Amino acid sequence: MNPVMEADVTAIEADVRVRLADVLDPEIPVLSIVDLGLIRHVRVAANGAVEVGVSPTYSGCPATSVIKADVEQTLRRGGYGEVRIVDVLAPPWTTEWITAEGRSKLHDYGIAPPSAGPVACPQCGSLSTTKLSEFGSTPCKALYRCMRCLEPFDHFKCL
Amino acid sequence: MNTAQAGRSHFTYVLRLADTNLVLAQRLGELIGHAPALEEDLGLGNTALDLLGQARLLLTHAGSIEGRGRDEDTLAYFRNEDEFVNATLVEQPNGDFGDTIARQFLFDAWQLPLYERLATSGDTGLAAIAAKGVKEARYHLRYSSGWILRLGDGTAESHARVQGSLERLWPFTAELFHADDIDREMRAAGIGADLDAVRSDWERQVAATLAEATLERPGDRPWRWFGKRGEHGEHLGRVLAQMQVLQRAHPGARW
Repeated sequence: MNPVMEADVTAIEADVRVRLADVLDPEIPVLSIVDLGLIRHVRVAANGAVEVGVSPTYSGCPATSVIKADVEQTLRRGGYGEVRIVDVLAPPWTTEWITAEGRSKLHDYGIAPPSAGPVACPQCGSLSTTKLSEFGSTPCKALYRCMRCLEPFDHFKCL
Repeated sequence: MNTAQAGRSHFTYVLRLADTNLVLAQRLGELIGHAPALEEDLGLGNTALDLLGQARLLLTHAGSIEGRGRDEDTLAYFRNEDEFVNATLVEQPNGDFGDTIARQFLFDAWQLPLYERLATSGDTGLAAIAAKGVKEARYHLRYSSGWILRLGDGTAESHARVQGSLERLWPFTAELFHADDIDREMRAAGIGADLDAVRSDWERQVAATLAEATLERPGDRPWRWFGKRGEHGEHLGRVLAQMQVLQRAHPGARW
């Protein structure tokens, strides 16, 4: 393969990042892995090989392997022959890396975005909510209930 | 100390952490679908998942330190009982809910200060796993200490039952803080944690939670449990039998 030029590297990186924005979280399918702040780096080697650094959310989250497979598949479909996905453990992923857009998508989907303070009901906005369970349907969520509209809802835990 | 021996100690040190997590994850996994309430099913199941995730990272790391090509699956499924070096506490049966919670609380209160120290280990791979684990361990401790409070400061029945659980499990906690040659060697190498410091954090946490829960700290008793040297009681074999049977019968099976 011909060595890629420096200008190409920048263009390839930008193209890869655009494609990554289409890879959705398998358990919260309104959120992309870019919204979640999971992409640590995109590197393009001189031979055109692409390396993507991905932070796992929770150590045991089963979505992690699906996400890595989806990233690889998406980039291959985009014509990238040599793709390498690497885990980046340090520094550990934090919910502070979820983008503003990601937080608003979570809210619209009915999941209260991570909040260290009072948790607002994503349905009616009331701050009068109570925690039903420290753990919810996935490692990243806790179960709440709104005391005003009485709807149960998930809260994306702060990590 | 020659390099080969130091490498061997390093491997064993990380493997002990991995096995301790793996065996507890397997124990907690037994409760999925059987916990007393849906919330506890989710709580214990998710805790198991975090511990398993950490165990996989630790096993992979141990395998790379060893450098003999053993991956996480080979280490998890194709070692025998006497090659497992988990702490004896975590192989204890789930018992009743009080036993499960007491075991979890005593464990979480140890793992959090341990990870906090390992997060600055000279082994950067181990440090990264621990730094990530700190956040998960903190959440687990919140859950298990919350239940110690509710059971201890609950009914006369729940109080007596969980006090009994603490008494039965207490003798297994001494091993968590007993530094042997490998612990000392790894500490001197800037890789391992200072177990005396971990112990004082653990004592403080346990004393505070038990006091609030109106429970008594059990007295220390002589002990001789050395799961971390591969010497196990009767329970581990059954845990491993269930965990390993499929891979032993059909090596390399995938789905």
